[in-house]
Formats: sequence, C-alpha cells, structure tokens
Amino acid sequence: MPTPSRYWREIPQRYRFEANQCKKCGTKFFPPRLICSECNSQELEQAKLAEKGKILTYTIIRVPPHQFVDQAPYAVGIAEMEDGVKLTGQIVDCGFEDIKVGMPVKLEFRKIFQEGESGILCYGYKFVPANGNS
Amino acid sequence: MEGIIGYGAYIPRNRIKVEEIAKVWGADAPSYKRGLMLEEKSVPSPDQDTITMSVEASKNALKRAKINPAEIGAVYIGSESHPYAVKPSGTVLAEALGSTPEAHTADFEFACKAGTEGMFVALSLVKAGEVKYGLAVGADTSQGAPGDALEYSAAAGAAAFIFGQENIVANAVATYAYMTDTPDFWRREYQYYPQHGGRFTGDPAYFKHIIGAGQGIMEKAGMKPADFKYVIFHQPNGKFPFRVGKMLGFQKEQIEPGWLVNKLGNTYSGSSPLGLTATLDISQPGDMILIVSYGSGAGSDAFVFEVTERIDEVRDLAPKTRDLLERNIKYLEYGEYAKFRHKIRKAD
Amino acid sequence: MRDVAVIGTGMTKWGELWEKSLRTIFVETALLAMKDAGVDRIDSMYVGSMSSGLFTGQEHIASLLADYLGQTPVPATRVETACASGGLAFRLGLMEVASGMSDIVLVGGIEKMTDVNGYEATYALGTAADQEYEGYHGITFPGLYALIARAHMEKYGTTREQLAMVAVKNHRNGAKNPLAQFPFEVTIEDVLNSVMVADPLRILDCSPITDGAAAAIICPAEMAKEMGKPVVKIIGSGHATDRIALSSRQDVTWLEATYQAGKKAYEMAGKGPDEIDVLEVHDCFTIAEICVMEALGIVEKGQGGRAVEEGLTSLEGKIPVNASGGLKSKGHPVGATGVAQIVEICKQLRGEVGDRQVKNARIGMTQNMGGSGGSTVVHIFERE
Repeated sequence: MPTPSRYWREIPQRYRFEANQCKKCGTKFFPPRLICSECNSQELEQAKLAEKGKILTYTIIRVPPHQFVDQAPYAVGIAEMEDGVKLTGQIVDCGFEDIKVGMPVKLEFRKIFQEGESGILCYGYKFVPANGNS
Repeated sequence: MEGIIGYGAYIPRNRIKVEEIAKVWGADAPSYKRGLMLEEKSVPSPDQDTITMSVEASKNALKRAKINPAEIGAVYIGSESHPYAVKPSGTVLAEALGSTPEAHTADFEFACKAGTEGMFVALSLVKAGEVKYGLAVGADTSQGAPGDALEYSAAAGAAAFIFGQENIVANAVATYAYMTDTPDFWRREYQYYPQHGGRFTGDPAYFKHIIGAGQGIMEKAGMKPADFKYVIFHQPNGKFPFRVGKMLGFQKEQIEPGWLVNKLGNTYSGSSPLGLTATLDISQPGDMILIVSYGSGAGSDAFVFEVTERIDEVRDLAPKTRDLLERNIKYLEYGEYAKFRHKIRKAD
Repeated sequence: MRDVAVIGTGMTKWGELWEKSLRTIFVETALLAMKDAGVDRIDSMYVGSMSSGLFTGQEHIASLLADYLGQTPVPATRVETACASGGLAFRLGLMEVASGMSDIVLVGGIEKMTDVNGYEATYALGTAADQEYEGYHGITFPGLYALIARAHMEKYGTTREQLAMVAVKNHRNGAKNPLAQFPFEVTIEDVLNSVMVADPLRILDCSPITDGAAAAIICPAEMAKEMGKPVVKIIGSGHATDRIALSSRQDVTWLEATYQAGKKAYEMAGKGPDEIDVLEVHDCFTIAEICVMEALGIVEKGQGGRAVEEGLTSLEGKIPVNASGGLKSKGHPVGATGVAQIVEICKQLRGEVGDRQVKNARIGMTQNMGGSGGSTVVHIFERE
C-alpha cells in the first residue's frame, strides 16, 4: 500500500491523466518518462492522455491481494486509448458478462482503495462502459 | 450580473427498491411507498463517495461552462458524508480539475443544505468580484440506520454549479437565507448513523424553514408563486415538496420537473441541487426558477434564477439529469446493498 | 572465458514445510549439492530469492546463509529478479567461474512462502508487477497471466482445454517425481472444475505456494574432468528484460524477453531449437508454458496450444517439456525455481531420473521467467 508521499506523487497522473510525449518521434507515455523508449530522445513535452478507448484484454480477479479483499471479485483490463496509449485499470459499472474485447470504455474518477479504517483514501481512474450517451 | 455559467450532475447506477428493504425488516412495503411517495433509491458502489461523484459532476459542469479550470477561484463541496473527518474533500476535487493552487477551498456541512450553502458563498464571491469563477457542489452518500424510516430514502448523488459573470446560463436574481437552531436531525461525533426527532422533523423543521425562506425571498424579490415557471424544494421524501409547495401557493406542474426523489431517493446535500440541474435540463430562455433547500439543524437557502438564451447552447453538452437517473441501472438485493454501504460488521 | 560445468546438484522435498525455516531448507539443500559434487569448501556463492523480506521479514540472507552453511567469510550474493532470481543467480555464478575469478561456486535458490497468509502472499508475488500502474489497480500475478491467456485465446484460438492439458501433462510427469509438492495426476475435468482464480485461469492452472530450495555446484569444465565427474557443460546462457508493465508491451501474447534471452543462448551454444532434447520451462501458469514454447521457437507463434494437444511436449513426445512436473506439480518456491530447473536438466543429462528419464538426452535447456515476463534467463547444457 502506498505511503502518503508515494500516493501524492502520482496525483497528476491519477487525477488529471497527465502524460508526456517525445518531441522527436511523437510517442506518448503514460506515466510520463524521462527518456523515450522508442528513439532514446530526452526531449519530451507535456501531454494529456485520451480519455476514451477500447478493451484489449480483461480478467476477473477472484483471489485478491489483501488491500482489495472487500472488492473481490472485480474486473481488470488493459485498454488502448484513442491516442494509442495502453493502460491497466478496473472495469466497473457493468456486469462481468458484458465485458468483451473491443468494448468501448472511458475513464472515470473513483476510489481505488483505502488503507484500512484509519489510513488514507486512494483515488484514481477506472474504466466505465462508453455507450452513446456522453 | 452574475449567475450559473455551467451545471452538471452525477448519479451512481445502483438502486434498491423499497420492497427489498421492507422485506428484511418485516415492514409493510406498500404503506412505506404510499407514505413516502418513494419507489427506490440510488446506492453508491464501494468505489464511489462524495469526492468521486463531485469530480464527475464538476467535469459535467465544466463541459457546459467551457472555461479553463485553472481560472476557478473557489471550490466548495457541501456534504454530510465527507470521506474524511479531517482532510478536505474540496482539495481532491480542485486537483482533479486542475484548479490548484490558486483557489479558495472549503468543505461545507449543514445536513442537507450543505450544497446550496456552497452555492450561496461561491455566487457571492463572484458577485463581489473576489473570484472570476466559483464552483459549488452538493454531494452525499447518506446513511440511514438499518430498519429506520430513513433507510428507505437515504441515497447518493451530486450536482455541481459554476458561477461567473460572462456567458451566463441562468442569472441569479435574488438570494435569501433563513435559519434557526432546531435540533430535528443530528449525528454526534464517532456515531455511525444519524438520529432524528420523528414527527418533529415536519412542521417545526422542514416546513417552517422552507416557508420562511420561500416567503422571504419572494418578498425580497417582489415576486409571487405565479411568476415562476418552476420551483424546486428539498426532497426528503416524495410528499413533502408537494405539501410545502401547496402551502406556499405553487402548483404541481411547477414542482414536477425537478421532483426526482421517487426514483432517486433523498440525496441530502445533492437533493435540491439535482432538482435544479434536472429543471435546467428542460428549461427555456426566460423561465424563472425558484429553489429552496432545507438542512436540518435547521435552515434554508433560497435562490431565484432567470434562464437565458444560452441554455439552448449548453443543455446538450453534458449528460442530462434524468438520463443519468435512468441509464444502466442495476438493482441490488439487501445483502449486496448492506455490503456496499458498509453496514456489515467485519473482522479487523 | 573458460568452459564451465555443473558437478553437483541438490534438492529436497518441496511443499508446505512448517517445521523448517528458510535457513534450514537452504542449508540442507546446499549440503546435498556439495556432497554430490564431492566438495566441502566453496570460493563464492549466489542465492536467488525474490522476497525473503516480504515473506519472512529477513533481508541480508546471502551472508546469513553463508554463515549457516559454515562457509563464512566466503563472498555471498543475493540475487533478485522476481521469479527468475534463481536462473539469474546461476548466470552470475557462471560468469564468476568463466571469468576465472573463482573455481568452485555454489548457486542456490530459496523461498519460504508459507509464513504469511494467502492474501499477503498474493500481494508479495504481485510486487513483481508495476506497483503504481498495475498493482495499484488490484492486478495480481494470476490476473496478469489471465490477461495474457484471454488475449492469446482471442488472437490464436487457443482453447481452455489446451491450457488444461499443460497442467495434466505436468502432473503426469510430477507424479513420478518423489520431491514434487503435488506428486499426483489430474484430469482435464479436474482442471476445468477447479475454482476460478482470475478468469479464465483456475486454481489448477496456477503454480502453488511452496517452501523449497535447490542448489548446484559449478566449476571449470577442466576441473570437472580432473575430478572424474560426468561433465555437464553450460554451453549457452542468455538474459533479457522486457517492459515491466503488460500494458506497455506491443503484443501481450508475445514474451519478448524469452525470445531475446533464448536467441542469445542459442547463439552462444551454436544450437537451434530443433537440437534441444529436453526442456524445463517456467509454467507459473498453464498459459505461460504455451507462450514460452512459441517465444523459444520450439513451435510457431500461436501454435503452443496445439502443440500440447498433439503431445509434442509430453514425456514420450518429440521435445519433452517439464519432465520434472514443472512449477505446476513440482511447486514454485519463487527464488528456487530457476535453480531447480537446472538441477532437473543436469540429472536428465546424467541419466539419473528413473522413470521420468528422457531417452538419449544430450542437450537440455532451461527457461526461467520473472513477473509477467519482465525478465528471462535461459541456459543450455550439453552432456559430453
């Protein structure tokens, strides 16, 4: 479980989807990197992650790590966003049987977990189905 | 002139029916449904809370306001279910929107009127020229004690309003606040569930303050019930808004568009604010809207809004309240509901 | 660089060893290897262990184990690269002997996993993933491989039954291995009816939680000949890394690190996939064995499932894989696995495994993988 400082450091990514992009070859990174893994350039500029995408693969976690015990079973997947960036996240607000490879999703702000009864609350993004309305 | 330049709503997808709750406690469902004029209520998923709903409602408001979030100078969340006892909810919202660090933030509480409280202050700061834009959210994931009457109605939802002085969607014509010390509903520190005074919550509490604020604002603004196209009252159950409306001289038709409680439940600090977003969704330029909230303890905030031409440009830019109320619904059984609402005692 | 050979191996029964501590398990195993090699002093030792800290609260185990083995003040190094810790420990030992810096080196791997409860073990194993962008969202080790499995099934038509066949094969082999944690057979129905862990992977698709160690003694090949030992030479070694987060990879069904490490090992050995007689691969989950077969070039991309179904990799097949029972049946004490694979291959090449013996095995290969494929170590051995 992250300590307060480890959690806080990732806020720009978890709350605002701040990414960066290689000035030379255009590859986008989320989370941001110091060096482009495609062309090795160290010149990167700020960018924002696209908030809509499609599910590439998914699973249902039924045996969770201890801080997720209350949430199991839950769906987790990898989605490819409209700008080509891929990320891992929980898939919520739909039945497990509704999840399919290729399903359109968008990012929504949710509570990821809490550190017991007295620790900090950890927020971030999850995938929700992106049907027509919105 | 100042007023609402953007508004947005968020309602979680889960619902539980009155029958399902009544079944567990051996209560007579039909009489609860009749008595409360209520069929079902929204339930937050375990990963949703006042903060998460405020973020999504505010993003919807930003879609309509079309401003740079960095220019929001005040960020307020009013709730009686702030996730932390000590650590602001508003700071998380401000970070998520990108409004930090130059924004004034405060968490408000005053039972069910914490939302309009934030609205009152945000609007006033804009009017005073102190901030360019002010954001106020009313959001709650309210808890009703198991088996208590309030368990049938305590629901979850959020409504966000951005105030400014340009591109106004609804001008703020008048504001008014009416408040006394009346212990009709309360929760002591470290208590898990609130308590209330039974029938004492009616005439000396809800009705007295809404009537006081409603008459007060109409007198201040020189208006009467017939001048309004729509009116929204706090909705603790389905019956009270119609009763107080009648007492004040309003018609059923004025109340109905903003009356969500029969399918939504009482979203506490989100109650009248969501009634307002639902009303704005169907309003037309020129409509006069009155909103009177109520928070136990007790007090009411009242606002008169006049809808402008701009409503036609922004209405469709974000999800409508009734669409959120009707989309992707999942009905829960009592067991899953109790698990979601942390009503089950687990091992340490 | 001199040629290096394995002259001794050691392994004790794996399982839930309640009575034995991390130190005891390692020392017993290492002593067996030293006895098998006929040595009582070593010049240096390497120990692979993924997370003695999270599982038992103990770090600094290299010195601790050197001490308890009675080899103080010998240089001792603890190596960590998730589940490939053992294989990497072996590679580093190999380099120390090959370079001439040491003559007799002990390489071991150890993991004591049962002193924590199931949820804590799941968490500890999950630390092999990207903590901020995978683990943060609740992914687990089985979950990562389940993501790979579903993608592989969608892309290549690999079936649920083919995954189960990997477990069935490995248990059939493991039933003949007296040191295995689960020395019994399972059927396809058993696998398909077992409890779901992370869809589509069930408990019988997953390697277990195990306490255990494995050890080997290596020395220059010349010295082995002089000692009159059967010479099992290390002819190839490869090590490669991959993007740690599954979502960062081009194709989640392709194990690039395994391909790269395999390529380096094949090149060094001057051998190709069709010259390998026997293989021990990292079947942490049934899907892993299928993907590894493809990445090592044993079968074509996407054909791993079909290969298992057709019996290519069974004990009697053209290229037997995991004659030891694999991680599935033998067990998976994380840091020890890589070394145990090497122990099995060396014993296969020396003809010492009884009714698990692959006939005329002269060239053997081990593939040891960390996390969801973020690191892989491959070795090739030849019996002279």
